[in-house]
Amino acid sequence: MASKKNININLKIWRQKNGKAKGQLVDYKLDNVSTDSSFLEMLDQLNEQLVSQKQEPIAFDHDCREGICGMCSLYINGRAHGPDTGITTCQLHMRMFKDGDTIYVEPWRSRAFPIIKDLVVDRSSFDRIQQAGGFVSVNTSGRTIDANAIPVPKDDADKAFEAAACIGCGACVATCKNGSAMLFVGAKVSQYALLPQGKVEATQRVLNMVRQMDEEGFGNCTNTGACEIECPKGISLENIARMNREYLKASIK
Amino acid sequence: MAKSALLKSSIAKKYWMALTGLFLCLFLTGHLLGNLQLIFSDAKHFNEYALFMTSNPAVKILSYLTYISILFHAIDGLMLAAQNKAARPVGYAKTNPSANSSFASRNMAVLGTVILIFIVTHMVNFWAKMHFDKNMPLAQQESMQMPGQMEFIGVPGSRVPSIPAQGKSLHEIVDEVNKQAMAQAQAMGEKNLEKAKKFEVEGSDAIKDLKKGEIIFKGYKDLYKITIDFFKQPKYGLLFTLLYAASMIVLAFHLLHGFQSAFQSLGVTSRKITPAIKFFGTAFAIVVPALFAAIPVYIHFFLK
Ligand code: HEM
Ligand code: SF4
Ligand code: FES
Repeated sequence: MASKKNININLKIWRQKNGKAKGQLVDYKLDNVSTDSSFLEMLDQLNEQLVSQKQEPIAFDHDCREGICGMCSLYINGRAHGPDTGITTCQLHMRMFKDGDTIYVEPWRSRAFPIIKDLVVDRSSFDRIQQAGGFVSVNTSGRTIDANAIPVPKDDADKAFEAAACIGCGACVATCKNGSAMLFVGAKVSQYALLPQGKVEATQRVLNMVRQMDEEGFGNCTNTGACEIECPKGISLENIARMNREYLKASIK
Repeated sequence: MAKSALLKSSIAKKYWMALTGLFLCLFLTGHLLGNLQLIFSDAKHFNEYALFMTSNPAVKILSYLTYISILFHAIDGLMLAAQNKAARPVGYAKTNPSANSSFASRNMAVLGTVILIFIVTHMVNFWAKMHFDKNMPLAQQESMQMPGQMEFIGVPGSRVPSIPAQGKSLHEIVDEVNKQAMAQAQAMGEKNLEKAKKFEVEGSDAIKDLKKGEIIFKGYKDLYKITIDFFKQPKYGLLFTLLYAASMIVLAFHLLHGFQSAFQSLGVTSRKITPAIKFFGTAFAIVVPALFAAIPVYIHFFLK
């Protein structure tokens, strides 16, 4: 890896006061960035510099900073979650960049993800898709049976688990040339469709989630496969195919 | 959002894209086998095939299915492309598309539009001539009875099996006979000369007996000659050959992504069949357009 410990970088970062304002890319110079720091720590460092200069710090989303919550986003140098693969932005490290690099930092771009401020976008469209069917209805009166009492074939359990790894970050939408949310919805549909508990509501689930997805204004999949490559959780295109099967089954029922 | 059941959702639209696209792949295969007769067969058989393709009722149904598929595929595809564009009103300042997707997969609508333009010009050049051109030439062969003389050959079922051509068109032959009949009638003092006419050319390939009201002769439209002349014409033959070949390269890219994509859209995937589909799709996308393109290239550069 890079032998040099600290690098100087140029940043082009999207600044936008609020959803209605016109935004623009603003140039920043940041010196002495440790290659061991994460991308978000680099932004923290820049924000400290901005605050000390009495400027408005850059707003960006983050929470767990350990790659599991799906809160961080950022379109970095033309790639969702930046140049590394299989990771979220909070897991991206500055050792991926070289001294003197110019780094573009933009928010997720989608009609269904309106900008709130700077790099922060509103991803509640994902929540509404989830609310439309991404659940299993159970009676919580206290007499629910243990989930492990129902046998599940190992292969199905593994596939469901892989689909359930989706953290709802929206990188698939951000990277898709069509702004399509089909990898996210495919993962959510698959996660339940593969398990006996989820099969009960499978028909309504896929119809409702796809309807909500369309209503939110996401685009249509053209199977470019970009989402699969940029997804930090390695959600496979196979989940979109499964959703397509489920939707066909549900439509002719 | 369209409310019609056929177009109601993003996924339903994709099913239709896939089904029409795959049907068009079948059509391409059939069309290619027909065209290859230009190289591997002769004018007689090619023209017989062309007649079959424009008159057989089963083929008619298939051809209407093809027209509908092309229209639907094009309209649905362009609607999807417009929706996809609208899904990202503000674009990125910096993108790196080749990092995660193929050229063809990102440009299906552009590739498709070029194919659509090709299909329309192709139909004007060949299909419309075959169907509607009143001056479509008829196929001729050397007469068995009078060697050295050319004649039009009647299709099976013609009451007159052949007509001496003598360098004339069907119209000229019929006009000559009618003129004689009318002159005779005039000499007899007949007023209404129109009534004296004996024959009439129907379409561009048949002669109708006006007295009996039936077709007595039907010839083969010479699509073979039209095709050869088109790609061999001195001024534009080379240009047309190159444009045709270039269109086939565009088709190849459309299919390189499209063939396997259709199966993903329909949800027909598995660990076993998906690699086979991808392999077959790639082979199809290269071999079929290459063979299509080889035909005009052969005609322009190598025939005769
Ligand atoms: C012989 C001609 C054609 C064949 C064999 C063909 C075949 C295909 C196939 C198999 C697909 C994949 C479907 C899928 O991904 O589900 C496709 C997609 C597509 N085709 Fe064609 N196509 C042809 C002509 C056209 C034309 C004339 C257009 C007109 C604009 C067009 C536009 C598109 C578009 C936009 C897509 C991408 C659709 C999507 O994935 O959302 N194609 N085509
Ligand atoms: S499918 Fe992957 S990229 Fe899309 S929301 Fe889920 S984790 Fe993020
Ligand atoms: S901040 Fe939680 S995944 Fe990045």
